[in-house]
Amino acid sequence: MRSPRPQSSVTDVEPERRSEIDEQGGEAGDPAAGMQSSAAVATTQQAAPDAEPGLAVRLEQLRAFYGDAEQVKGIDLEFRANQVTAIIGPSGCGKSTMIRCINRMHEEIPGAHAEGRVLLDDLDVYAPSVDVVAVRRAIGMVFQKPNPFPTMSIYNNVAAGLRLSSGRRGDLRSKVESALRSAGLWDEVSGRLDEPGAGLSGGQQQRLCIARSLAVDPEVILMDEPCSALDPIATLKIEELIAELKKRVTIVIVTHNMQQAARVADRTAFMLDGRVVEVGPTQEIFTNPGDPRTEEYVTGKFG
Amino acid sequence: MSAPAAEQRFARFAVSPSRRRRDRFARTAILAATLIALIPLVLIVYYLLRKGLSSWSTSFFTTDPTGNTFFKSSSIGGIKSAILGTIEIVALASAIAIPIGVGVAVWLVEYGRESWFAQTVRFFIDVLTGVPSILFGLFIYIVLVVGTGSSYAGYKGSLALALLMLPVVTRASEVILQLVPGALRESALALGAPRWRMILRVVLPTALPGMVTGVLLAVARAAGETAPLLFTAAATLKTNFDLGQFMNSLPVQIYNDVTSPTTAVVNRAWGAALTLVAMILVLNVIARLISRRSRLA
Repeated sequence: MRSPRPQSSVTDVEPERRSEIDEQGGEAGDPAAGMQSSAAVATTQQAAPDAEPGLAVRLEQLRAFYGDAEQVKGIDLEFRANQVTAIIGPSGCGKSTMIRCINRMHEEIPGAHAEGRVLLDDLDVYAPSVDVVAVRRAIGMVFQKPNPFPTMSIYNNVAAGLRLSSGRRGDLRSKVESALRSAGLWDEVSGRLDEPGAGLSGGQQQRLCIARSLAVDPEVILMDEPCSALDPIATLKIEELIAELKKRVTIVIVTHNMQQAARVADRTAFMLDGRVVEVGPTQEIFTNPGDPRTEEYVTGKFG
Repeated sequence: MSAPAAEQRFARFAVSPSRRRRDRFARTAILAATLIALIPLVLIVYYLLRKGLSSWSTSFFTTDPTGNTFFKSSSIGGIKSAILGTIEIVALASAIAIPIGVGVAVWLVEYGRESWFAQTVRFFIDVLTGVPSILFGLFIYIVLVVGTGSSYAGYKGSLALALLMLPVVTRASEVILQLVPGALRESALALGAPRWRMILRVVLPTALPGMVTGVLLAVARAAGETAPLLFTAAATLKTNFDLGQFMNSLPVQIYNDVTSPTTAVVNRAWGAALTLVAMILVLNVIARLISRRSRLA
């Protein structure tokens, strides 16, 4: 069993200890290994027994500010483990700000701060004893525009997460390969790992960025409009990838594309003016929304 | 449709004669400005080559000046000590100014950002950039020569040049560091990189080619300065590898030679000037080659 895992993996600054815990967890191979959050487990039957399960994330009265301006105005929301949750809503409603609070990237903006609680499983990532670096290892992020490190090769881009986040290398080569395979990019790049990552096509670059965030073995991946800069075919590939990835991680995806939310998300939350108007199973949000504003938005009457 | 009718229909698309005239005038004016600016440049290079090349020879580069400036031209010697002195003084100045300047730039961009202290530092760096070079020489003269009661030394010249280079290196590096996209910093942080590692592994490698260009231009500028060296490193005849002693340098050698009544010595000044320009040109070409590899827009 690995019941203490979430706490230790996030608060522990020592890389060696974390790897031990990881290995123990992996070796246990116990189907019950995924039982961190009883609320989430009920809905994670699709998780393969051997997969690294994701963790649930819960927001409690989350508020986010830029200086004095309140952009996220008290959100309570749960992202269930090993599910895809889509966040939809008009531009400027606070979707991106909200997900940037989850891995504490919001506070990187000068003058910005967040209030309330973000619980990774049961750990408050804003607790004073928590190492922000460990939080970001556990909660990966994929950005709107593909942004591979321009000075690095394809291989080094994927290895960057491991090299940047700790001195421990482990078996870098096999980790890079497995991350590239998980991102569906291995067959396309295996013969040219030493070429610059910036030389790939936009869609390949975005999958490279997904591989980069997978390499550090996160429990949650946040995606901020990951397909908005991509063509439809590249978008489709990323969407197929998301369906595959949710077996091992919890995914939160911000999207402006309603069809995309309908295609990839198990659950969808509709946001308006810094608040969550409605959240529920995707099908229900799109076909039978409980709030008239949700209906207006999903049917294209505004936003 | 008949031709006159078509002419009438498209009359509003025609360029008016007065606009054509104004356009021609403006183009001529800016071309003339460019040509006028080129005249002194071309003349400088022409005179340098005409007067300087004739004094170049193997012994010109391999012998020290003899100090004999009144007799036969063959005995005045070359400029070996000046070339080596310039290289030594500038190398030490670079070793001081580049790490500090890059450090200040990294602090300003990655940590200080828009804080009042960072803004104050930026303001004073801008002020320093505009300080006449002779003031840096005077400052070192008063503090390290008069102040300590000791004499001139190569390292004191280096310190004066380092002061001169510091604001240039800092500003150039800061501008390049700011060109590194914030998205790269964010992805590195989002991967769980501590800030210092993000700077060392992502920001600095991305900025490196641009920073090398800016830094080499600062080095080139320092190499050509006379005023900060006049009363800090002084001048001497012998080649010297001890930065604690008097040290010769190309700008000071030129300064001393060009006022000589002996033609051969004045010609040596031209030869030394051509040598200095050639050295700076090489640095500039290197800087350009490196900046071509830059991955930043």
